[in-house]
Amino acid sequence: MKEQLIQYIVRLGDDSMILGHRLSELCGHGPALEIDMALTNISLDLFGQTRNYFTYAAELEGKGRTEDDFAYKRDIREFGNVLLTEQPNDDFAYVIARQFFFDSYHLPFLERLKNSKDERLAAIAAKSFKEVSYHLRFSTEWMKRLGGGTDESHSRLQTAVTDLWDYVGEMWQETDLDKELNQAGFAPDLKEVAKEAKAHIQDVLAEANIQAPDSTWSHSGGKKGIHSEHMGFILSDFQWMQRTYPNMEW
Amino acid sequence: MKNWPLWEVFIRSKNGLSHKHVGSLHATDEVMAMENARDVYTRRMEGVSIWVVKSEYITASNPEEAGELFEPAQDKVYRHPTFYDLPDELKHI
Repeated sequence: MKEQLIQYIVRLGDDSMILGHRLSELCGHGPALEIDMALTNISLDLFGQTRNYFTYAAELEGKGRTEDDFAYKRDIREFGNVLLTEQPNDDFAYVIARQFFFDSYHLPFLERLKNSKDERLAAIAAKSFKEVSYHLRFSTEWMKRLGGGTDESHSRLQTAVTDLWDYVGEMWQETDLDKELNQAGFAPDLKEVAKEAKAHIQDVLAEANIQAPDSTWSHSGGKKGIHSEHMGFILSDFQWMQRTYPNMEW
Repeated sequence: MKNWPLWEVFIRSKNGLSHKHVGSLHATDEVMAMENARDVYTRRMEGVSIWVVKSEYITASNPEEAGELFEPAQDKVYRHPTFYDLPDELKHI
């Protein structure tokens, strides 16, 4: 079970890290100073969570690896983040829609992870829960603002929601690892998480006057290390320094 | 974005103290102003409470009137409560 728990914790770290990386790409490029800082703050929260997960995974593993080894020295197939988190910053509407979908899942997920049998994991969840409460508040407000804003903001948000829709379901698709750890009392029941997340998404889309596509089909694979074409580019940016100058330090 | 109204931000650094002006920002409405204030001005644990006020609702004194407004107070030191001998037993005053 320890092996599976480590794998699971690293996967949680991967979600936070890859989404955090996507947001960090916007540092200095936000549409306004205030929004630039807001997105960077969220990115920093996510990287803080990543460090907590990776540090814990390294300790559990006990093979002398560090958080940096998990971030910089794994190859693409070893990353278990959901495909949604790696989707690009096509425009501000995509950034907000991606964030909103992820936050809608992330908050009820963490709320339940707080009850994990593993105390350390529960503590990480409790700390992250406060941060993500704000993330969801931020992205929800922006969904309403863009949806109810101008014709252009509405149509851009509608496009982003339609395009990203097929990546949403993966977040609550249960893999064997999810089921196993849930049954053992370590991980949340994704069916419950999905129920709460879907209800919130539905409410906000209605308020933002955005049509959700009918489809319930979803891409999958991210959790098992099979990624979209964007992931390789992310890792080549992200890991370039360590790959070029192995073991370099700041 | 240039059309977004300007807001003034006031932060209370801890309970018991009063809110203090820390700067301004742009936002379309009060919800966004509050979020922006949180994101721009409280990143380093600066506060426990935020007020945001639309700048247009602030009436400011005219610098040109500084003479008549503030100078008359300059020679009235007796308004400071510094002319009393306090007993040593009194603390925290």
